[in-house]
This record gives sequence, C-alpha cells and structure tokens, in this order.
Amino acid sequence: MGRALAPYLLSLPSGLWLLLLFLVPLAFMLSLSLKTCNPATGACVMTWHWGEFPSEISLYHQEFITSLYFAAASTIVDLIVSFPIAYWIAFYGGRRKNFFLLMLLVPFFVSFVIRTIVWEFVLADNGVVLGTLKHLHVLPAGFHVLGTGVAVMAGLAYNYLPFTALPLYVALERIDRRVLEAAYDLYATRRAGFLRVILPLTVPGIFAAFLLTFIPMFGDYVNQEILGGTSNTMIGTVIQNQFLVNFDFAGGASLSAILLVIALIGIYLYARLLGSRTIEQYL
Amino acid sequence: MSAVTLPEAVTPRRRRRWGRVVLPVYSWLVIAYLVFPIIIMIAYSFNKTIGSMQLVSFSWNGFTDQWFKQWSDIPGLTQSFWLSIRLGITSTLISTVLGTMLAMALVRYRPPRFRGKAVFEQVIFLNIAAPEIVLGASLLGMFVSLNIGRGFLTLVLSHVMFSIAYVAVTVRARLAGFDRSLEEAAYDLGANPWTTFTRVTLPLIMPGVLAGALMAFALSIDDFVTSNFLSGSSAPFPVWVYGVTRVGIPPQVFVFGTGIFAVGIGLALTSVVLARKKV
Repeated sequence: MGRALAPYLLSLPSGLWLLLLFLVPLAFMLSLSLKTCNPATGACVMTWHWGEFPSEISLYHQEFITSLYFAAASTIVDLIVSFPIAYWIAFYGGRRKNFFLLMLLVPFFVSFVIRTIVWEFVLADNGVVLGTLKHLHVLPAGFHVLGTGVAVMAGLAYNYLPFTALPLYVALERIDRRVLEAAYDLYATRRAGFLRVILPLTVPGIFAAFLLTFIPMFGDYVNQEILGGTSNTMIGTVIQNQFLVNFDFAGGASLSAILLVIALIGIYLYARLLGSRTIEQYL
Repeated sequence: MSAVTLPEAVTPRRRRRWGRVVLPVYSWLVIAYLVFPIIIMIAYSFNKTIGSMQLVSFSWNGFTDQWFKQWSDIPGLTQSFWLSIRLGITSTLISTVLGTMLAMALVRYRPPRFRGKAVFEQVIFLNIAAPEIVLGASLLGMFVSLNIGRGFLTLVLSHVMFSIAYVAVTVRARLAGFDRSLEEAAYDLGANPWTTFTRVTLPLIMPGVLAGALMAFALSIDDFVTSNFLSGSSAPFPVWVYGVTRVGIPPQVFVFGTGIFAVGIGLALTSVVLARKKV
C-alpha cells in the first residue's frame, strides 16, 4: 500500500509548489490580461476585454522588435564566439578540461547586476578602455558606445556567453570519436570531417544553446536599463514599468502573455524536434 | 591516386597548426575577455573617490584599501547582503529536499506505477525554459490580487519555485547510474526504508544532492528579475545594487562583488584540484 503511493508522495510537495507558484500564476496572468482594472483602487474585474492586446501591441511593437533584434544578434555573436572555444576544450582540453570549463563559467561568480555595471565602466566615454584609447588617439574624442544599441548587445553577449558555450561543449564532447576516425579512414579531409560529421552532430546542441541564450536575452532589461540609456527600450523594461511604476496590471499581463507566447513557440519547436528531456543534458 | 594520398600528407600538419596554435590562442583570448570585466571590478574596489559623496567614478583616482576596511559602512548594502544569504540558505534547503524527492520519483517509477510522470517532465522543461520576467510578473500579479504582502516570504516562495526544476534535473543525472541492489541488500539485512535511505541511498547520492544545492544557492543569490518584482521593501543584494545604479554606486558594492567572487572561485578551484587528484 505504502509502496504503491511512493512515487506520488515523493513528487507531491514539489508538484504542489510548481502548481501553485508556477502554473497557477501563469493562468492567473493570462486571465488578468482579459480583465479591466480600476487604476485608482487596483481592483480588477473579468470583462473578457481582448482590446488590451491590440492596444498594447500598437503602443509597444517597436520594443518587441528591438528585443527580438538585440537578442537574436547577441545570440548569434555568442554562438560564433563560443563555438571554437567549446570545440577546443572538447577535443584538445585533455586533463585540464575542468579548469577550462570553470574559466568559461567565471562570469557567473560575479553577481549579474554588478557584471553589467562593470560593462558600464568598461564602455564609459572616459572609462578604462575608451578613455585610454582616446588618450592614445586610436579613437576620435567624440566616439562613444554607452547609451547605444551596441552597448546593450555587448552587455547581453557577455552576460549570456556561458549559456551558449556550455551546451555547445556538451554536444561536441558527446560526439563519438570513432565516427570521426571512421570518416578520416575513409579519406575524409579535415574540412569534410568537420562539415559533414562534427557540425551535423552538433546541431541539437546549437539549437539548445540558441534556446537557452535567446529566451533569457529576449526578456532581459537590466542590460538595456544600465547600458542602453533612454533609447532602444526593450520589452522587458516596458513590462517591468507597467507592473512596478504604472501599476497597469492588465497591460503588463497582456505584454507578458505575448512574450510568453513568443518564447513558447521556440520551446515547442525544441520539444517537437529534440524532445523536452534533452534540454537537461545541456544545463 | 594522388588525390587519395594528399589528405594523409596534409592533415597531420594542418591539424597540429589548428590544435596547437590557432585554437589555443583564440580560446585564451576568449577567456581573457571573460575575465577582463572581473579584473576591472576588483581594480575599482581599490579606487579612491573624488569629493565628499564617496561614490565610484569612471576615472581612476589612485589606490586605496579604504573600502575594504569600511566594507560594512553602508547599512542598506550590508543588510541586503545578509538578506540574500538568509534567502539563499532558506530556499536552497527547501528546494534541495523537494527537488531530490522529485528526482527519486522520476528516476525510479514509470507510468503504470507513476501516472503523471510525463506531465512532470513537461512542467520541468517549461519552468527552465520560460522567460524569467514572465514568472516574476505573473507571481506579482497573483500576490497583489490575493493581497499577500511582498517580503521575505514571497521571495522564498518564488526562489524555491525556480530552483526545484534545476535541483531535480541535477540530482536525477547523478541518480541514473545508481545500483539498486545495494538497497535490496540493506532490506535483506533487515533495515527499514528510513534506515536504508539515510544509511545507504543518501550517502551514495550525496554528491548529486550537493551539486543540486550549490546550483540552487547560486541561482538564488544572483537572482535579480524575479526578486525585483517580489521584494517589496526588503531588497536582496542584486536588487539593492540595481536600485543605486541611478543615484550612484558606493565603492563597497565592488568590495562585496570581489568578496563573493573570491569565495566562489576559491571553492570551485579547490573542487577542480581535488577532482584532478582523484584521477
């Protein structure tokens, strides 16, 4: 009797926790986006008012596009930057593999907000880098990065690089070396071995890296707020302001719902193509 | 025939050039890029300030160890740090216990005996992949509507929520190669389920549980997005730091950053060295 219940008893506490604090709030948020709220009292009544969606989209579609653009560009930069190092660690790391992996993770030992602030220092007009380069007349005195989209993308690319590099490493590490040797035995050139053996076998990892990097970048607002100045507003900033500054809960909820749907498309595609459990290998 | 012999002649040398020169140089450059901002942070924690405000400035004003001596001079910062530590420990303890239990259920039982396993798999995946801002915003919406005041309690509730899935996944990976005949041997020797768990199972899965706990603690102490929605007046460390970016950052922020980095990297390097010695 007790043994038959064992799996349910073991999973009940976390199941309840995830139900009440993850799934129920999501459902609640979706319903909130269809409610009409009284701005003075904050009381919300269900009115099935779908109008919030078109009005929020017409107000903030530019922020969605900016977020998509910044997140996509930074993710692609991260994929290109981290692929060679992931490849090197997987194939040439030898006994020092763990040390190099730790080096890839090193940004995570500094608080995310502090990392972003430090980039503000690095990119500041008279900071350590630009100030020195200007002093040496490598850059013109009027050159600046802070407050532009480039600064936001630089911050995003730095902050999320480990999320890209680790799944790529895992995928490359898992490649059976005998398959590669077989290709070389069959007179594959080095180039063919890479393009026709290694790369195809890494595709699931590239896809996982894209998902794990793109989605958090897409919702990120810390980099934009600290590095982007007042321009190039991303959708995360708008959502945060709707909830914490404007107290427009219905508006914020409908924007969150749109963001969630965009993320779910990627999540669904991943689960369809590779199976949802495979994500665990890449964490 | 020359087309056949060519790759053999060319490959080893080109291979060596890529493996020995191009890739290592490139990789060390990437590592330098990753480490560089951290060096800047450590350097600026030794930077003098100008004027009476005692806020960090972009320019270098000279070396001082004043901020390390006065590390606790900013009451709000120190409070937020200890709040983060308490929050991290509390949510780690809860999520490690719950996540380990979930991992055991997922590894050991299949659908006829464990219906709903597939649902758990999907929820875990969704929880890990969903954008954090949506999780934070939806929790805020629910707490406000239910009139639940924001503070330590709501922070713990949310941190456990986003840690459980990571703990479960980490522990499950370590449980996969578990030899169940060891448990059967304990039962055969007359041990009850609790004794078997505490004396046989738990010691064996301990490395996985510890890895999960470390993951949960790291997630909690570095969390900004969810905490910013749910902290109310009690701001954890990242939220407090974010709050002062607009008005000016006291140098002590970098001192705390340097301290957290030193402790974290020290522990990690020790574990890498220990792991190497075992091999």
